[in-house]
Amino acid sequence: MPLTSADFAAIWLTLQLASLTTVILLIIGTPIALWLAHTRSRLRGPIGAIVALPLVLPPTVIGFYLLLAMGPHGYVGQFTQYLGLGTLTFSFAGLVIGSVIYSMPFVVQPLQNAFAAIGPRPLEVAATLRANPWDTFFTVVLPLARPGFITAAILGFAHTVGEFGVVLMIGGNIPDKTRVVSVQIYDHVEALEYAQAHWLAGAMVVFSFLVLLALYSSRKSHTSWS
Amino acid sequence: MTSQINLRLQHRYPGFALDLDLQLPGKGVTALYGHSGSGKTTCLRCIAGLERASQAYVQVNGHIWQDSQRNHFVPVHQRALGYIFQEASLFPHLSVRANLEFGLKRIAHQERRVDLAHATELLGITHLLTRAPHNLSGGERQRVGIARALLTSPKLLLMDEPLAALDSQRKSEILPYLQRLHAELDIPVLYVSHSQDEVARLADHIVLLNDGKVLGSGPIGETLARLDLPLARGDDAGVVIEGRVGNYNLNYQLLTLQLPGSTQHLRVTHASMAIGQPLRVKVQARDISLSLNPAEHSSILNSLRVTVVSETAADNQAHVLIRLDADGTPLLARITRYSRDQLGLRTGQLLWAQIKSVAVLA
Repeated sequence: MPLTSADFAAIWLTLQLASLTTVILLIIGTPIALWLAHTRSRLRGPIGAIVALPLVLPPTVIGFYLLLAMGPHGYVGQFTQYLGLGTLTFSFAGLVIGSVIYSMPFVVQPLQNAFAAIGPRPLEVAATLRANPWDTFFTVVLPLARPGFITAAILGFAHTVGEFGVVLMIGGNIPDKTRVVSVQIYDHVEALEYAQAHWLAGAMVVFSFLVLLALYSSRKSHTSWS
Repeated sequence: MTSQINLRLQHRYPGFALDLDLQLPGKGVTALYGHSGSGKTTCLRCIAGLERASQAYVQVNGHIWQDSQRNHFVPVHQRALGYIFQEASLFPHLSVRANLEFGLKRIAHQERRVDLAHATELLGITHLLTRAPHNLSGGERQRVGIARALLTSPKLLLMDEPLAALDSQRKSEILPYLQRLHAELDIPVLYVSHSQDEVARLADHIVLLNDGKVLGSGPIGETLARLDLPLARGDDAGVVIEGRVGNYNLNYQLLTLQLPGSTQHLRVTHASMAIGQPLRVKVQARDISLSLNPAEHSSILNSLRVTVVSETAADNQAHVLIRLDADGTPLLARITRYSRDQLGLRTGQLLWAQIKSVAVLA
């Protein structure tokens, strides 16, 4: 048996984490990307920079600050304790929050580019044809930005699967709760179980390649605005 | 319900200020005419609500769309307007039919006054319904765009240089449809254009804009002949006359056009038309020569009895512009200063205007 039950548990947990993170990111990333694509506000620069920060920061830095914030003495931690939820560190919920922040730019930026490429004109046309803003979003923006949504979902999912530093800082290494594939590989290597590490690591390489292959082959020339 | 459009707009951004106060007729075609940068498009966008003018009062046939003093602003999608952009801007993810139905679906049944069959027939696009927008020519796209706007049964149609993005062949392909629209549908139109030809063909009323301000506004025949406006000074100066078809000489293929409120007429070469039909012609100032006597033994078809109203300098030293009156129909003549002095022209003088060419605008 190449993969142990602990390996499968790690894979299952990773898929759950990545799926949930992707769904949350599409929901909160869409309004952020819409705002960034259309606003003339002076806050556009700062907000755009904050969203992009995880692209350049080492994951350990993000993890470190999240650990402080969500820990028993942090603002978030005190708030969750006040609500009777305990602290989010070393929990699956904590991992989800960390992943959302960590993968944010990989979802927001493709969406922002897609919305910017659509431009203001289709929205204006829809308004003159009696569509209210929500109606316009679902019947015009969403279909026209579909390639952007697909790219955003794939990148957000894949990037979360590949997460390691943030998980280790805020989640530790608890089976079925926070032990994702990347941590499991690390464990195998630490225990000198190179054969086991190979199976998992190889699976990650194949998975990542397939995801990127799907992404690059599906990317056709953009539908032109006529 | 008053059939009138009232506009007061004040809108400024760096390097430009729009400031106008207009009462426009609530029916027919009103052209907003001016150079690029004169504020025509901004004016249209403010009326539509696509741009929110800082100080504005917009009232269309009894409906107040914006009144900044009462902080009243109806969002674009709640205004009963149709907007035609310079580029057709069809939705690329929808078929022609779905594009046409986009607006139609969103208005209540009892408010629908134009149906799909009528609109597609009017614009000659019935055979295109199943096509995708990217498979249409520029002219076809624009016609679909116009039909799409009509299908929302607008109370006001705003057209922002709908022909500007098309070559001259496509333009002449669309113009007849716009003229049909004008004749068949009772929807007031604000038409932004910088083309004298389009304005002469389509407009009943013209607003002359320059640098965000109104230079003049009035019925087209009257306004084109106003000597105090820059229109009269250009090389293309002339008037538009809308007369009614009197009779038709089949042998010579000549149509008689009765001047409004007058027994005088013009004769034009044209195919036969029913008596009483309105027909528009353009008479250019440079095509009129003046004479103290009625022309006899001349190949010139048209000679009208006119009186001299006023004169002004033309765009060069050698010429002057004379405003004439033919029983209530204004005319412009561009003659040399030398001829003026030879004839000894003075206000109120009776003359004969010989018209070398009359262009039918149809």
